[in-house]
Order: sequence, then structure tokens, then C-alpha cells
Amino acid sequence: MTWRRRSPRSVTVTVCPDGPLLVRGADEVIDEAGVAHEVRRPCVALCRCGRSSLAPWCDGTHKVVTEEAAKRNR
Amino acid sequence: MRLPEPRGPITEALQSLRCADIGVAVDHVTAAVDSHTSPLLDCDDAQLALWLLYELHYQGFDDVDPRAEWSPAVIAVRGHLERRFEAELRELTRVEVEKRLNIEEPIADRLFAMMSDDDSPRLAQYVQREITTTQLHELLVHRSVYHLKEADPHTWAVPRLRGRAKVALMEIQFDEYGAGRAGDMHSTLFARTMTRCGLDSTYGAYVDVVPGYTLAASNAMSLFGLHRRLRGAAAGHLAAFEATSTLPNRRYAAGVRRLGYGDEAARYFDEHVEADAVHEQVAIREMCSALVSDEPECEPDVLFGAATCLALDGLAAGRLLDSWRGGRSALLRPMVELAPG
Ligand code: FES
Repeated sequence: MTWRRRSPRSVTVTVCPDGPLLVRGADEVIDEAGVAHEVRRPCVALCRCGRSSLAPWCDGTHKVVTEEAAKRNR
Repeated sequence: MRLPEPRGPITEALQSLRCADIGVAVDHVTAAVDSHTSPLLDCDDAQLALWLLYELHYQGFDDVDPRAEWSPAVIAVRGHLERRFEAELRELTRVEVEKRLNIEEPIADRLFAMMSDDDSPRLAQYVQREITTTQLHELLVHRSVYHLKEADPHTWAVPRLRGRAKVALMEIQFDEYGAGRAGDMHSTLFARTMTRCGLDSTYGAYVDVVPGYTLAASNAMSLFGLHRRLRGAAAGHLAAFEATSTLPNRRYAAGVRRLGYGDEAARYFDEHVEADAVHEQVAIREMCSALVSDEPECEPDVLFGAATCLALDGLAAGRLLDSWRGGRSALLRPMVELAPG
């Protein structure tokens, strides 16, 4: 996945443990299939767990994934 | 909006707000509050009283002088109700807060753990699979108390926070208010959902039929937002609100579609899945973490605010499900009687 910017501001990426990447300052996010998704909010969350139904955005499903993993390890 | 109908001696004593006089009879109201010995949390009359006193700071009432907002008598009465309300909220959440306090773990981990351990009644599942059209309308009526002023209570906290915590809160709130597009404001999206479902989306239209437990959830946010002293609780409350949103909203959207309402009606819920997946991270990892590291004295209240959000949401979910499973309306007057005509 890559992101593109048009305006002269810096793009920052913040990693959330067991969660998404927070991206600020990007204009578009281009997914694996090459489709561009417009960024319409000040900060977007990109799915890292591969289970989101709103990919490339995170939809909170990673919490279910981590909870299942926690249960398996118990 | 006009001042709501009284529900008991406290709101009865507040009817004088309708008169040209901007004061209220403090002794009269405090006596009515003191004569109520069971919890205010469960009292329709007290919660409506608090709600209308707070509402003076939001949109106000057509039949109340706007100067009443800062009338010393009105503030005195509100303070009298708030002291008991806050004490009850602290008692309600004491065990949960103590369990998470003073443990050597980052505040973000403790907050996420609080959410994932929460075992509130499963309202979202019911909405997805079973809710009827009338019950959905009732749910929207309940939710309209907060959602038509969505984000406003936490915005009070902006000037009360500093540095990184303030920046994080502003980023969330800007998005809540449509990120520069009036049509995308979350309160506007909610109003559109109400309209699509044939409901009146006028601000405050249904307050007269909403039970105290739903008003209490809104009142807690106003309490936290309006007191600088409680800024930690405002931050914690918002964090819990955002972090318990994505999965339920996905189910709500599915329920709305199951009942045959289209994408326009479901859009409010769809938007919250995407937006709150961002907001929960920003609220917990950035806003609450920054606040606790910059102002460690706020830590207990961050937990208190978060636990209050979960407790009151859980209480409301339980009451709604009890009513509906028992074949009853969850409003003070059933939806059919409210139909326009
Ligand atoms: S990282 Fe959140 S759903 Fe995948």
C-alpha cells in the first residue's frame, strides 16, 4: 500500500500496537489493486490485520482478532 | 425548543424559568431534590431537571430568557443536583476504577482492557437481528438526545486541556463536525437518519418521552465537559465512547438495512464504523496518554470518565432490552401515540 500527497505538508504514520496505522497529511491511499481512496478526514486509520470489511480503512475488527488470540493463549 | 413538561416536584419547581424572571426559587428546588431519597440516577424528574439546566448552555429554550444560563440561582440549583449525581457516578464506578488504578501498565492498555472486559447487555446484536421497526424508531428517539448535539459536550473540554491532549481532541472534534463539510456533521447525518425513518429531527422534539436513564447518559457528558476540574473524566468518557462504537455501529447499520431502510438511513452508522476506528486510537493513545503523562493528577478521573460511559451505556442497554423483550415501549409514551397527525 502507498499513499500520495499533493500539498506541501508532511505525511506522518503512527503505528498502533495490535491495531491500525494512523496516517496524517496524505491525500490518497492506494490499495493493493491500485485503486485510489480519497482521504476525507484529518487522520485515517489503515488496516494492518487484513480483516477489515472497509479496507483499506480499519473498521475495528482487529479487536476481535486480538481477543481471539488472547483466548487461545489462555 | 420549549421547556419540557414537568415530571415531578423538581421540574415543577423549575417551571418558573418560563417567566420573565430569570431566577428560580433555590430553596424550593433544593427541598424538592432533598426530599428525593433514592438515587437521582434513577429518577426521571431529577435527570430531566439536570438536562434542562445543562441545555441552557447548548441551544436554550424559546420560552426561557437566555440570561438564565448564568443566573446565580440557576447555577446554585444545578450545583446541588450535580453534587449528588457525581457522587452516585463515582460510587457506581468505584470498583472498576480502583481495579485499574495504580497498576504499572500504560493508560492506553488499561483503557482498552476496560472496554474489552465490559460485559454490558448486547443491544447491538439485538438491533442487528431482532429489532422491530417501532423499536428502531424508539432507539433513534433515545439516541437523539445526544446525537443531535453530537460532540458538543466534549468540546467544552478543549480550552481545559493543553498541548498534545488538546491537539488530539481537536482532531477528533473537527472530524465529528464534518471535517469542514456542514452536510457531513455527525449530528446532521443523524438527523437525516431520523428523517428517513419518518421521525421528527427537530432538536429536542422527543425529550418529553425519553426516560431518565437516557437523559443521565447525556447529563454525565455535560457534567464532565462543563467543569474544568473534571477534564480527565471528559477525556476518559470520550475515549470509552469512541472505543465502543465501531463494532456496535456495524450491527446497527445491518439492522437498519434489514428493516428495509436504505443506505441514506444507514449512512450515520456506516460513517461511525470508519470514523471511530480512527477516533478510538487518537482518543486513547494520544489524548488520554498525553493528558495522563502531562497531568498525572488527571489519571483517576480518566478511568472514572471511561467507566461512567460504559456503566451508563450498559444500564440503558439493559433497560431498553427489558422493555422490548417484555413487549413494552421503552419510552414514557409509546411511539404509536407520537405519530404525527
Ligand atoms: S487493523 Fe483495524 S480492522 Fe484491521
